[in-house]
Amino acid sequence: MSEATMTADVKTQDGQLEFLVKGDHHPQNGTLLGFWLYLMSDCLIFAALFATYGVLARSYAGGPTGMEVFDLSLVAINTSFLLLSSITYGFAMLQMQANRLKGTLFWLAITALLGAAFLGLELYEFYHLIHIGATPQTSGFLTAFFALVGTHGLHVLFGIVWLVTLLFQLKKHGLIPANKRRVFCLSMFWHFLDVVWVGVFTYVYLMGVLP
Amino acid sequence: MSEHTHDHDHHEAEGPHVSLKEYVIGFVLAVILTVIPFWLVMGNVFESSTTTALLILPFMVVQIVVHMVFFLHMNFHSEGGWNMLALIFTLVLVFITLAGSLWVMISLNNNMMPGMMG
Repeated sequence: MSEATMTADVKTQDGQLEFLVKGDHHPQNGTLLGFWLYLMSDCLIFAALFATYGVLARSYAGGPTGMEVFDLSLVAINTSFLLLSSITYGFAMLQMQANRLKGTLFWLAITALLGAAFLGLELYEFYHLIHIGATPQTSGFLTAFFALVGTHGLHVLFGIVWLVTLLFQLKKHGLIPANKRRVFCLSMFWHFLDVVWVGVFTYVYLMGVLP
Repeated sequence: MSEHTHDHDHHEAEGPHVSLKEYVIGFVLAVILTVIPFWLVMGNVFESSTTTALLILPFMVVQIVVHMVFFLHMNFHSEGGWNMLALIFTLVLVFITLAGSLWVMISLNNNMMPGMMG
């Protein structure tokens, strides 16, 4: 992920495509396609984690069950944070399309705040679980749960770090093509995380509390 | 150098064209598709867990498609179809991973002697 952006950096800062053979017909949206391929590989990581969770979902080893430890109202609030952040990112994209820097910055900042709220609530949930003794070491179910939801949370964390970096880049250089491309890539990343969360809240939380 | 950059600029009127309508439709659909499964589970609408589980899974699938279409702007034309091809390939792998793991492990559990089950 970071490597892809770094090479793109070098490319645009020089203003020259030194490594491209002239006349070579390269795909227009090479970066976007490449980033999409990265997301697809990320998808496979989550597939493995989902499969692990699916296998271990009922292996409580005498520990607490999903029904006992999951607080659905908390999950509902978290879901709405992430869903709202998806549409605020959409607003940022629209502002960027209209070449309005201030609006783009504003909506990206709102998106970052919603992402941070999501992460805060998730950390609170983890803290609460560990506090009541439902640690990853307790049972196969909890190991798989922390691995899956934790990996998603880490992605959101990196998404926020990227968002903040992008805010500074936009502030410094404005809506240059390189920045626009970055905003596009992050939009795919951000919406992709929301897609994964749809799987998480349905498969882990909603199905987890069913008796 | 500037010519190059300019040329590059022109090339990179890239990314999908997005519209407010698209995002709003996607958002409204996503909210509906989120609220219904939460209501089904939190409101204890059905007695049987299996019925509820079988009902909320399609909502998940539809919502994922909604996100893909309205937020990720997936279609058969972007990137000359390579986007979609990569997605379909990934979905096949995801299906094999999930269905295969669950099938193997559940059969394993069923075929173990009761005393050995953990």
